[in-house]
Amino acid sequence: MVDLSVKIGDITLQNPIMPASGAFSWDYGDVIDLNRLGGLVAKTICREPRLGNPTPRMAETEAGIIQSIGLPGKGIEYFLENIVQEYTKFEPPLIVSVSADTAEDFASMTRDLTVDGVDVIEVNISCPTKSPSGGNFAMQSEHTKMVMDGIRAATHKPVWAKLSPNAGDIVSIAVAAEEAGADALVLCNTFLSLKIRTDNFRPALGNKFGGLVSPALKPIVMRMVYQVAKECTVPVIGIGGVTKAEDVVEYMLAGASGVGIGYAGFRNPTALTTIIDDLEDWCEERGVDNISDLIGAIRDDDIEWDPLIAASHGV
Amino acid sequence: MSDLTPEDKYSAKPLRIGEEDPHPDKPTGEFISIVVSNDYVNDEYLRMVVDVPDRALTAQAGQFFHLLCPTPDGAEVWMRRPMSIYRIDDENKRLEFLYKKEGRGTQGMSMLEPDEEFNIVGPLGVGFWLEEDWKNIVVLGRGVGLATLAPLSQLAADHNVGVTAILSARNPDVVMSRDLFEGLGANVVEVVDTDGSSDVEKVEKMLEDLIAEGKADAFFTCGSNRLLSLMKRLGKTHNVPGQVAMEQNMACGLGACYICMRTFEVNGEKTLKRVCREGPCFNMQEAVGW
Repeated sequence: MVDLSVKIGDITLQNPIMPASGAFSWDYGDVIDLNRLGGLVAKTICREPRLGNPTPRMAETEAGIIQSIGLPGKGIEYFLENIVQEYTKFEPPLIVSVSADTAEDFASMTRDLTVDGVDVIEVNISCPTKSPSGGNFAMQSEHTKMVMDGIRAATHKPVWAKLSPNAGDIVSIAVAAEEAGADALVLCNTFLSLKIRTDNFRPALGNKFGGLVSPALKPIVMRMVYQVAKECTVPVIGIGGVTKAEDVVEYMLAGASGVGIGYAGFRNPTALTTIIDDLEDWCEERGVDNISDLIGAIRDDDIEWDPLIAASHGV
Repeated sequence: MSDLTPEDKYSAKPLRIGEEDPHPDKPTGEFISIVVSNDYVNDEYLRMVVDVPDRALTAQAGQFFHLLCPTPDGAEVWMRRPMSIYRIDDENKRLEFLYKKEGRGTQGMSMLEPDEEFNIVGPLGVGFWLEEDWKNIVVLGRGVGLATLAPLSQLAADHNVGVTAILSARNPDVVMSRDLFEGLGANVVEVVDTDGSSDVEKVEKMLEDLIAEGKADAFFTCGSNRLLSLMKRLGKTHNVPGQVAMEQNMACGLGACYICMRTFEVNGEKTLKRVCREGPCFNMQEAVGW
């Protein structure tokens, strides 16, 4: 039997498969058994109720969708009173995603979320579409450090920092988050994008810009996970373009301890549980007893750099 | 507690016809349906008939399925397409969809041939409902909106509720759902643009007559903003409750992503609701037209 469990700091997940924040709610229990998942990741909450962004909130492109939801929700009070209990009916740990406009509010919301039933606080310091002016601390390492310092001091719960692929140097951001006490790094949020309609010359999304969601992002995020995992010691969670079990394996080889899945669950509501089953099969067929053995197991220490010799190896 | 042990070879893969259903009690499923037929019924509309696993047949009038349409071209169709159910055929274990080829999704859908697989998720959303004291209802729809209203004929027949169906279209050739309503005993009136019978004033007169005759305990509509406004206004004046089926682009279809929002007015206050989860069938008086 394959041991699919992975440790993210002090938290043990029964398998490395989690939904990505924003792409999931307990509503998915209408289709799949949520107790099968590695973790349950709630939609990002903000202090006050928010309607979210104007519609349209989603548009198709040739290589995926762009979406701009704008973190709608009923606010933290409602969340604590009504939503936490929707998730604690299930066994997997609850990862609560949170967003704020200021470092102070990030810290105070983190403190408010330090309650029973919440297992992990994922700080969404990188939402690309919430506000054009602020909220994205993960573009620069000093902002990352500042916001993470306050968050760290506000809770003893595990804190996962969700980073932005739109930052120029993801590694320096990741290092700043780790130094400030993040227990894990989540790579990454969506890629800021734009689609313009050629029929009426208008932006396709109500909020103009959106985040690109696509399997095309996988190799880009893969590179980021690899680079960050080399530099940082805390666990990394890879999010971007996972649609099948091999994608999970690939992220783990690059250094991820777990993955988040968004789009694939839109396309196939049964995707997450299917991937868990397929992952178990994959490990079984290859004699991998503990999936955590795959973490960082990329074989890149004996790369042949001499082009003449490399080309003689064939494919 | 889950009753699943790690040894169980559990799978949530899309369910196929004839397979044992791992979740017979879950309200929604991902199913591999099999195309029986997929043909034009007139110059504009196609009707697809699919064989489905049993759980898909729990669908109610007004609910929808989320369809994974094949690509019609060189690029991927990334998102599913929500589509209301045209007919639930319990006897033959089939579902029917009536649709117009408009965008890439329905173009791809139109290319499916008999015996091909079609991945569908559903049933989803809140369908139409009938209150106990409704003896006669009025169904008013236009264009492809009539496809959404069609299963009401069955629902009303099952509850011994009389139906007057006013079917509006551009011309007589593209009036949809007449057979379904007529076959189940509805009083059917066709109104079309070509002879002016679909003018709002004329339809308004018809509705007022029905109200006066006691034939309008509730209103149902779909597919036209003008007709929604009309029914909403008359419903408010004459105290006739009503329901409207709405549409919006969707991603998950389950209520998680908050992409399919529309504006509603509840107790005088504007608010956003998810078409997939709080709808697609809504209290007509709360609907804000487009």
